[in-house]
Amino acid sequence: MRTLIFVLSSLLTSTLAFAGVKIEHWIAPSGAKVYFIETRVLPILDVQIDFAAGAAFVPAGKSGLAGLTQGLLETGAADLDEEHIAGRLVDIGARLGGGADSDRASLSVRTLSSKPEKEAALDLLRTVLSAPTFPQSVLERERGRTIAAIREAETRPDAIAGKRFAAAIYPGHPYGTSPTVESVGAVTREDLAEFHRQHYGARGAVVSIIGDVSRAEAEAIAQRLTEALPAGGGSLVPPEVTKPLRGTIKIAHPAAQSHVHIGLPAIRRSDPDYFPLLVGNYTLGGGGFVSRLMKEVREKRGYAYSVYSYFAPRKMEGPFEIGLQTKREQVGDALKVVDEVLADYMAKGPTPKELAAAKKNMVDGLALRMDSNAKLLGYLSAIGFYDLPLTYLDDFPARVKAVTIEQVKAAFARHVKAENLVTVIVAAD
Amino acid sequence: MKPLFAASVVLACAVSPAPTFANPFETKLANGLRVIVKEDRRAPTVVHMVWYRAGSMDEKDGTSGVAHALEHLMFKGTKNLPAGEFNKRVAEAGGRDNAFTSRDYTAYFQIVPKAALPEMMQLESDRMANLKLDAKEFASEIQVVMEERRLRTDDNPHALVHEALNSVIFQAHPYRRPIIGWMDDLEHLTWQDARDWYHQWYTPNNAYVVVVGDVDHREVFRLAQKYYGPHKAHALPERKPQNEPEQAGIRRVSVKAPAKLPYLAMAWKMPKLRDVQKDRDPYALDVLAAVLDGHDASRFARNLVRGSRVAQSVGAGYDPTLRGEANFVVDGQPADGKSIADLEAALRGEIKRIQDEGVSAEELARVKTQSIAAQIYKRDSLMAQAMEIGGVEAAGQSWRDIDTLLEKIKSVTAEEVQAVAKKYFTDDTLSIAVLDPQPVDKSKPKKPSGAVRH
Repeated sequence: MRTLIFVLSSLLTSTLAFAGVKIEHWIAPSGAKVYFIETRVLPILDVQIDFAAGAAFVPAGKSGLAGLTQGLLETGAADLDEEHIAGRLVDIGARLGGGADSDRASLSVRTLSSKPEKEAALDLLRTVLSAPTFPQSVLERERGRTIAAIREAETRPDAIAGKRFAAAIYPGHPYGTSPTVESVGAVTREDLAEFHRQHYGARGAVVSIIGDVSRAEAEAIAQRLTEALPAGGGSLVPPEVTKPLRGTIKIAHPAAQSHVHIGLPAIRRSDPDYFPLLVGNYTLGGGGFVSRLMKEVREKRGYAYSVYSYFAPRKMEGPFEIGLQTKREQVGDALKVVDEVLADYMAKGPTPKELAAAKKNMVDGLALRMDSNAKLLGYLSAIGFYDLPLTYLDDFPARVKAVTIEQVKAAFARHVKAENLVTVIVAAD
Repeated sequence: MKPLFAASVVLACAVSPAPTFANPFETKLANGLRVIVKEDRRAPTVVHMVWYRAGSMDEKDGTSGVAHALEHLMFKGTKNLPAGEFNKRVAEAGGRDNAFTSRDYTAYFQIVPKAALPEMMQLESDRMANLKLDAKEFASEIQVVMEERRLRTDDNPHALVHEALNSVIFQAHPYRRPIIGWMDDLEHLTWQDARDWYHQWYTPNNAYVVVVGDVDHREVFRLAQKYYGPHKAHALPERKPQNEPEQAGIRRVSVKAPAKLPYLAMAWKMPKLRDVQKDRDPYALDVLAAVLDGHDASRFARNLVRGSRVAQSVGAGYDPTLRGEANFVVDGQPADGKSIADLEAALRGEIKRIQDEGVSAEELARVKTQSIAAQIYKRDSLMAQAMEIGGVEAAGQSWRDIDTLLEKIKSVTAEEVQAVAKKYFTDDTLSIAVLDPQPVDKSKPKKPSGAVRH
C-alpha cells in the first residue's frame, strides 16, 4: 500500500531531471565501465550489461554462436536449472531482456526497486552472467529450435532479402554471415563456454543503471554484477570491412511483392560524419511521411506501403540501406523512382527548407527520445559501448543544428558511393 | 516445489485497495465528445489520441476495409490544409504520429513536446470535420492499402491462417471479415464509400480524446472546448447486434502457403466482459490464459517447448475487453519431427490437465505478481498508459474500471479457473485452422491483383 501511494503522489510533484539529464560515470573495481542515472519517480530499477560479444567475434563456421551463448545464459547457472531461473524471475515480477547483434551481446533486467525483489533480481543477474552452465540438453534443444527457425526463415521473402543483402554488402566479413543449419549444428558446449570466457569479461563490459537507487547503491550493484565475471574481454575490435562492388542480385520467390534492399557498408559509430548523415538521412528516407522516398514512392505513386532509408553505424562500417516492398510486376518502376530520388539527393542534398525541417524535428523531438527510463537506458548503454561523450545528449541539439547542406552532400559522397551500391531483389520476375 | 519468495506475498497486498485520488480526469463537451486526461509530469512530453468508435465490425459486406482505408485518407488534405501538411506539422513540432484501425475502433495519435499540444488538437479537430476526399487521392492511396495487405497478409502465412480462422469462427458476426479488407473489396472500393464512412461515423459524439503527459487537465479541457467544442454532433447509423448463432460442432479449415513449418491455431468461443463488477468467468479465463502462457515459467513454455519438446513455439491468448465476441486462442508450431496432430494433442492435454487437476496456489500467485508488476512498469511509458485508457473505453468500459480489473484478477480462485476450463473448452464451440506448408520453389507467383485501377 505505502509503495504505490508514494509512487502516485510523487508523480504529481517530481520530474525526471530532464534538461541536462545527469549521467554519472565511473570504472568499477572489476574494470567494468559504469553509466548511471538516478531517478526516483518510479519504484523501478533497470540494469543492462553489454559485452563485445556479438556476431562479429564468432569464429568462422560457427555463426549463431553469439546468439546461442547469450540465449543460454538464463537456461542454467551455478546450481540453478532453467525452470528455477524462470520461476524465480516470475515470483519477483522481474523481467530479463537483451540479445546479441553484430557488435554486442546484452543482458538486462527490469525489477521493482523494493529491497527483496531488487536483491533477488540482481543475484540472479549476477549468477547467470558469471556462472552459466550451458547444459548439454538445453543446447541440443535450442540448436534444434534455431535450425527449425532458420529453415522457416528461408521460406520468407523478408528474411531471405535481409540475409542475402547482408551477405552481399559484407563479403567475407562476419557482419555478412548469418547462422546456417550447418554452422548452428556445429556449435558445441565447449564453444559456448569458451566464447563466454573470452567475451563476457569485466574489462570492456558496460554496466548501465537507471532508476530508484542512490549512487552508492549503484556502485555496489555494478561491482557485484561484474566482480565474478571471467577474465576475458577488453578492447576487442571486429575485422576491417572491404566495400562490395556495385551489382544486382535477383532471387526467385513466389511472393506477391518483391522485397528490395539497396545499400552498402557506410559508417562507423565513431565517424565524424555521423551527424551530417543522421540529419541528411531524415530528408531522404528517415523522416517517415515527410521524407522524399515516402513522398515519391508512396504518396505520389502508391507503389509501396513501406519505404525508408537508414544508417546503422556499428564499431566498423555499419550499413546504409534503402528498403521497400512493392507488387512484383511494378518493381522496375519503383526502383527507377528510388534511383532518381537518391541520385538527385546525392547531387543536391536537402533544400534549405528541408534541412531546417529536419533539424527542427530532431532538436524539438529529442524530448521524445528520452522520456522514459527504458529509452534512457538505451542511451546509457550506447554511450558506454561506443565510447560517446557523457555529454552526448546535452550536445545533441548543437551538433544537429551545426550541420550544413554542404556537409550532408560531402558526407553522402564519401559514404554512399554509387560504385559500391548493392541491390537485392527477392521475388523478382 | 521451491518455497515461494516471501516477496510475492508482500507484493500481492501492496496495491489494495485501489487508490482514491483524481487522476485521470474526464469531462464531456456539449457535442458529446469525451475528454480523458491523465497527468504524468515526469518528462515534458505528451500523447494526444483521438479514438472513434468505428472499426471493421461496423462495415458492411462488399466494402470491407473501408474503416482502415479511411484511416489512411485522414492523412490527406482538409478544407483548410493541403495534403501532406498534417504529417509535416507534426514532424516540425518534433513529434511522431500514426493511427491504427481495429475491429472495434479507429485511433489517431501524436506524441509531441508538450508545447505542441494545442496545435495537435487543432489539427485533429480540423480533420474530424473537414476532410477533403476526392477520386485522385483515393486512387493512389488505395494502391498503398493493397500493398499493405500484400505485405501483412497475402505474403504472410500465419496471417492467412488467422484470416481463414476468423472466417469460420464467425459466420454472422462481422468479426469474420479481415480488418484490412478482402482484396476484391479493396479493388472495388470507391472514394464515395470512404466519404460515406467518414460522414457516418466521424462525429464528436462517437469519439473520445485521451491525453497523457505533462499537462494540467483544466488547460486541456479548455483547449478541447476551444478546438473540438464547435463541432456539431449528428446521429449515428443504427448498430445491429449481429450476434453469432450458437456453434454446434467443430470447424476446421486449412491454408496452403509457402513455408517450412506447419502452424496450428485453435479458437474456442468465450464470454466477454460485460459487467465489470458482477462478471466472474472472464477474469478466471484471463488467469487461465496467463497460467498457460503469461510468462516464461508458464505451462506452455515449460511443458511443451522445454519439457516434452513437442513445440517449436506456442502461445495462448484471451481478450475479454472488446465490443464484439470473445475467443480463447491457442496456437503454435510443432517441433522438428513432430506433427500438427502431436501438437494439437499436447495443447488439448494441457487444457485437460487443468480441467482434471486445476491450478496450484503458486501459479495463481505468479499471475497476480505479474499483473501487479506490469501495472507499475506501465508507468514508464506514456503511450502504454494512453493505450490502456483508450482500449478499455473502446470496449465500452471506463478508465475508472482499470483498478477494479486488476483487483478482480487478484480475486480469482483456483476453483474458478478449473470451472471455466471445464465449462468453455468443448469441441462444439471449437474452430481449428492449420497451415499446410508448401515448398517455395514449387509455388507459383500469385496472380497480379489490384491492377485494374491506375
